Amino acid sequence: MADPERQSMTEDLVEPSGRIVSLPQIARPEPRMNAEQLETRTPLSSGQAENVLTVKGLRVYYGDFLAIRDVQLNVQSRKITAIIGPSGCGKSTLLRAFNRMNELVPTARTEGEVIFWGEDIYAPEVDPVEVRRRVGMVFQKPNPFPKSIYENIAWGAKVNGFRGDMDGLVENTLRRAALWEEVNDKLDQSGLSLSGGQQQRLCIARAIAVKPDVILMDEPCSALDPVATFRIEELMRELSTEYTIVIVTHNMQQAARVSDFTAMMMLGEQRAGEMIEFDETNTIFTRPKEKRTEDYVTGRFG
Amino acid sequence: MNLPAADFDQNLSRRRRSGRIWRLIFQVSTIVGIVVLTALLYNILNQSFGLAAVEYAMPPESLAVDGVPLEELSGEALQVILRANASAGLVRALESEKPLAERSRDELYELVMDRVAEPQVVKTWSLVDSLLHRRDLEREAAEKYPAARLQSFSWINRSFIERPQAADPLRAGVRTALLGSLWTVGITVLFAFPVGVGAAIYLEEYAGDSRLNRLIQTNINNLAGVPSIIYGMLGLAIFVRALEPFTSGALLGYVEDPTQANGRTILSAGLTLGLLVLPLIIINAQEAIRAVPHSLRRASYGLGATRWQTVWSHVLPNAIPGILTGTILAISRAIGETAPLVVVGASTYITFDPDGPFSKFTALPIQIYQWTARPQAEFRNLAAAAILVLLALLLTMNVSAILLRNRYRRQY
Repeated sequence: MADPERQSMTEDLVEPSGRIVSLPQIARPEPRMNAEQLETRTPLSSGQAENVLTVKGLRVYYGDFLAIRDVQLNVQSRKITAIIGPSGCGKSTLLRAFNRMNELVPTARTEGEVIFWGEDIYAPEVDPVEVRRRVGMVFQKPNPFPKSIYENIAWGAKVNGFRGDMDGLVENTLRRAALWEEVNDKLDQSGLSLSGGQQQRLCIARAIAVKPDVILMDEPCSALDPVATFRIEELMRELSTEYTIVIVTHNMQQAARVSDFTAMMMLGEQRAGEMIEFDETNTIFTRPKEKRTEDYVTGRFG
Repeated sequence: MNLPAADFDQNLSRRRRSGRIWRLIFQVSTIVGIVVLTALLYNILNQSFGLAAVEYAMPPESLAVDGVPLEELSGEALQVILRANASAGLVRALESEKPLAERSRDELYELVMDRVAEPQVVKTWSLVDSLLHRRDLEREAAEKYPAARLQSFSWINRSFIERPQAADPLRAGVRTALLGSLWTVGITVLFAFPVGVGAAIYLEEYAGDSRLNRLIQTNINNLAGVPSIIYGMLGLAIFVRALEPFTSGALLGYVEDPTQANGRTILSAGLTLGLLVLPLIIINAQEAIRAVPHSLRRASYGLGATRWQTVWSHVLPNAIPGILTGTILAISRAIGETAPLVVVGASTYITFDPDGPFSKFTALPIQIYQWTARPQAEFRNLAAAAILVLLALLLTMNVSAILLRNRYRRQY
């Protein structure tokens, strides 16, 4: 009972060289629920937990500086996992470790394992470019390309070898990101002509256009007003029926509102970030095991 | 006001005063710059235009036929005048060059003016003198040069642009030099633009922060400041001497007798100027590439784009206005360079158009330099006119740089 859309997608992603772009070394998940089941599924209770990402003993260094140490974490499929904690404790570094974006920082070094559908993405034979297609990213500040709205969506698919119906893909993607109604009459206008909230939704649409499994969001609402923030949160809940989302946020209400699981990070010894608690969001906000977590989520900082 | 008076000096009026003094200093600097530029322009314009006393071997009026002035005569009538007044030898030489009957009316008119009327400039006055003391000048001319007539004269005119270099100032033009400059700069662009932009992309997008790369970067920055004559020496050693078979065209069969091969060609000059502007282009392009926001690169990598896809689709399109502006400014510098061309061996007196990369050449600055060195006053007027041509060329390039920048300007 494979999801037909996802099945067809793999055939479309053929590089110009003719190589099929999918990770042969990363096993595809076993048949998952179809669309109808997805709609009736209630979060947190039904179905058994599938771990999309499993992090084991993760350490990230910038030069000699240890930014995060020994993180253990499981990210469940089609759930929203929030990472919270004070500034500078390594939340974003942890997030970027999930799609090897840290490697764009020349001095960054990663130790430990990040297991994505059973395969370590830091294994030597894995190409970070392929990892980044399967694990998409949305950034703090909306950063649409200075191209048309259409191109913003289509470009990612194009460079990844998409050879299907591009107009259809753009429309579906924009519908999925709840942006179609607002932009369908101005697809050829610059993505930068949109408002901040629309730009951020365009960035989310751009990320899902390459059909990733996981979307990483690095404080996606911190540059937006409350109304735009609300719409993004709504969109995240919607997308979580289909995608696994990991979000870094400073806003604890946001974490409480949207996420299913919450990871709490703090600065530990020698200014290295540590994950001090990871649990269901409900538990973190009502009955945390750690005193420091309780102090933080209630506003009395540890 | 509740300031702790003990800790804070009450010095606002002093701060204001020093601000005014600095402002005055900056204004004076600006004014000095403007004055100097105005003086330069005044000097050149003053030399390029003015009154001239012109003597004719045969005044144009005397050549009129049946009351029809020379300017309005038909081609046939002009042919008749030419055959009647020019020496038989000259007519034969002209016929063998191109039969008179096949020449256009304008060509014939030029010939009649040059060879029959034969104007001679006997004395010139500057533009300012001509405007302010016209009467005195007319009297002076009437006394000293009774045969001459006073004409307002522009040294820069169509035939000045269209004619090649000549020994007679009235017949000399900048055509050879202008074409030489354009050919040379064309080769400079073809060489320096791809190499420079390629190096900039490598240094900015691919090279890591290693000791070697920092050394390379420092050296490029220093090379941009090396005096141009040193590049001339380099060009002489490498292109003219060491690579002579290539730069003279002998390798490609352009020279019939290999012993006659000569590396002092447009190709050598263009490559030498290319070396000269290469660091400038690299630095400018790096600057432009660095100005492309990192958020765009991150967005691109985050979608699963490779480095080259990111560079090609996002970095280059957004950096191209800056790269083009930098390149055009660098090329403007190349056009004005004289010293390296002297060393590489520009000819100072050639009368034929350059016909390709392997031809001997001269260039505008060389031509200007050569004219200013002549004793006759008329050549200094020619030099001023050639400077105007050079300035117009530079201005055109700078304007195109600005237009390109505005056209491709993007917001992020």
